[in-house]
Amino acid sequence: MTKDNRNSNRFNISRRHMLAALGTGVGVMAMPWIARAADDNIRIGFPTPLTGPFAAEAKDQVKSAELAVKQVNDKGGINGRKVELLVRDDKLNGGEAATRTLELIEKDKVHAIVGSLSSAVQLAVNEVTRARGVLYVSISQSDTINEVKDFSKYTFHEALNPTMTTAAVARYAFKKGTKVAHLVADYAYGHEMLRGFKRAQAAIGAETVGEIMHPFGAADYSTFMPRLRSMRPDILCISNFGRDQANSIKQAVDFGLKQSSKIVVPVLLHNQRLAVTPEVFEGVVGGSNYYWGLEGTLPSAKAFNDAYRAANGGAIPTDYGAYGYTGVMSLLQAMQAAGGTDTDKVIAALEALKYDVAKGPQYYRKCDHQSVQSVLVLESKKKADMKGDSDLFSIVANEAPSEQVLRTCAELGFPT
Amino acid sequence: MDTELILMQLFSGVALGAILVITALGLSIIFGMMGVVNFAHGALFMVGAYAGLWVASLTGSFWWGLLVAPIMIGVFGMLIEFVLIRRLYGRSIDDPLLLTFGLSYVLVEGVRIVFGSDGIPFPTPSLLTGVVDLGVGFFPIYRIFVVALVFAIVVLLWLGLEKTKFGLIVRAGSRDPMMMRVLGVDISKVWLAVFGLGVGLAALGGVLAGPMRSVNPEMGALVLAEAFVVTVIGGLGSLVGAIIAGLLVGVVISMTALFAPEMATIVMFALMAIVLLIRPQGLFGKLA
Repeated sequence: MTKDNRNSNRFNISRRHMLAALGTGVGVMAMPWIARAADDNIRIGFPTPLTGPFAAEAKDQVKSAELAVKQVNDKGGINGRKVELLVRDDKLNGGEAATRTLELIEKDKVHAIVGSLSSAVQLAVNEVTRARGVLYVSISQSDTINEVKDFSKYTFHEALNPTMTTAAVARYAFKKGTKVAHLVADYAYGHEMLRGFKRAQAAIGAETVGEIMHPFGAADYSTFMPRLRSMRPDILCISNFGRDQANSIKQAVDFGLKQSSKIVVPVLLHNQRLAVTPEVFEGVVGGSNYYWGLEGTLPSAKAFNDAYRAANGGAIPTDYGAYGYTGVMSLLQAMQAAGGTDTDKVIAALEALKYDVAKGPQYYRKCDHQSVQSVLVLESKKKADMKGDSDLFSIVANEAPSEQVLRTCAELGFPT
Repeated sequence: MDTELILMQLFSGVALGAILVITALGLSIIFGMMGVVNFAHGALFMVGAYAGLWVASLTGSFWWGLLVAPIMIGVFGMLIEFVLIRRLYGRSIDDPLLLTFGLSYVLVEGVRIVFGSDGIPFPTPSLLTGVVDLGVGFFPIYRIFVVALVFAIVVLLWLGLEKTKFGLIVRAGSRDPMMMRVLGVDISKVWLAVFGLGVGLAALGGVLAGPMRSVNPEMGALVLAEAFVVTVIGGLGSLVGAIIAGLLVGVVISMTALFAPEMATIVMFALMAIVLLIRPQGLFGKLA
């Protein structure tokens, strides 16, 4: 992000703070009796970056989360209590996310938080929920959130983590002696993915021929291309997210890098593939938590897709969108099992939960609350092979859920 | 570090600089001639990209998009001048700045409503796909085309401003609008045309950027920052300054990308800070 953007964000926040403070003050003076929510609804706060470079993914998260809430409400809610989803724009900014989360907890009295779409922002939300003792289901990739120093007993990590994602992708794409050049977004997500890939490379025997960190949110990648080409890699591994992914892959292809190397990414994004032509992504390999094409073999995926299509005019759910569904659904199933919103009971229920709501069986590992789940490896299709506008990827590997692909509890610093 | 790589990196820098020049030109012209700081520049760049995409998809040809969209958005710019900005002449410089700042939000939100917030593909015209061997490395044909086009536009602008009667009036108007009025020149018509030209150039930058990046409602935000940096380094209002500064910033970014890639974005702001410390009016600016 540029200096200019940061400045304008700061301007926004301070103005917003002022408005919020003013609003709260007026509200408290005028009508103290409605400061407490009177109804009996179960409220779930959902901070997500509705504006900014991850907006496309964030919007899909909201749609999926809304679907989960609607399905539970249609079946009578939880113990007769209706569920409400309170969506907030965190603007992909840790400070904004922390403020919104605090507001959701203090003002809206939410019973749990689900959301966020950036490892750094997610950690900011995690700080707040940990300090306030509020349940949080995090739905964006992070390794740090599993580690003992950031662990919160209130936090459950529904998303894949970089270790398991890169391991699955590397097992499919790398071989002994493969030469890998890394182009990495210079922030938590990129760093964690790079660390994951290097760990996997060490196990496989693939060699790193170079790594370039690029500024987060860069629009032009042309100046990195000559050096990447001069590394003569077998694989160009691009670890970035959102629009950075579409822009960097497009420009790598423009510079002819795909002719000499295969492009591999940690997470192949549905919406970013749609932001460019099929030729650009053709042959690109990457991991994923969910792909709608699972419906051919998996009844839970079929049910999720059908419900999503019905609710969204025929649209299909996407990867990061699906996290919104699996995250909210697992939480609501646990609340159902716990018979309400008592935090300790819900934690116990989440730890005991076995769920299969969209992508096959999942459960939260006891020590770090990481969701043990399948990891997909996808390859972007050639235009000629696409059977429709949404037929973007083929599933080239589907690793079954296993604690083997995670770092051990001892490795993360938990007492064993 | 071999020479080939450094040469290639230099060339990439110049090419990137050309893209920066085209994004900065419109901003620089509008400020230089009218004293208006156009904060909607980035948003109009983005609207230009969408307009180009729209015309290209209607006609099936990138070239129509490249030709028609800047004219279309340029006329739209004239409308903005006529309806909104005109009312603020003679007031402090902050007023049009705040107006265009607000306008940029309206434009971005409008595009989100009409086209959605997802990125949209803008394919490279088939004539210009592929790479060309420069001897020291490969470079996309499309980017070379952009460099050539920017060069042609710069020459045309220079000729227009230096060698025509209209250019003379514009330059005179930027020095002393009151005197121009006394001499019987309708300066408001000149400003209308200048604003349209500046906005049209922003839109042209957007259409040209489309095939290099994905087109999305936020694509103008970074462009506005880049255009400002280039304009400030070059000296506010100086056309030559914008061109030299654009190329300079491109080369500095490119060389930084070679040695400290994570600094590639921040370096242009550092460069701006250094220039401002040593020469507050910018490289080619005149002290007020």
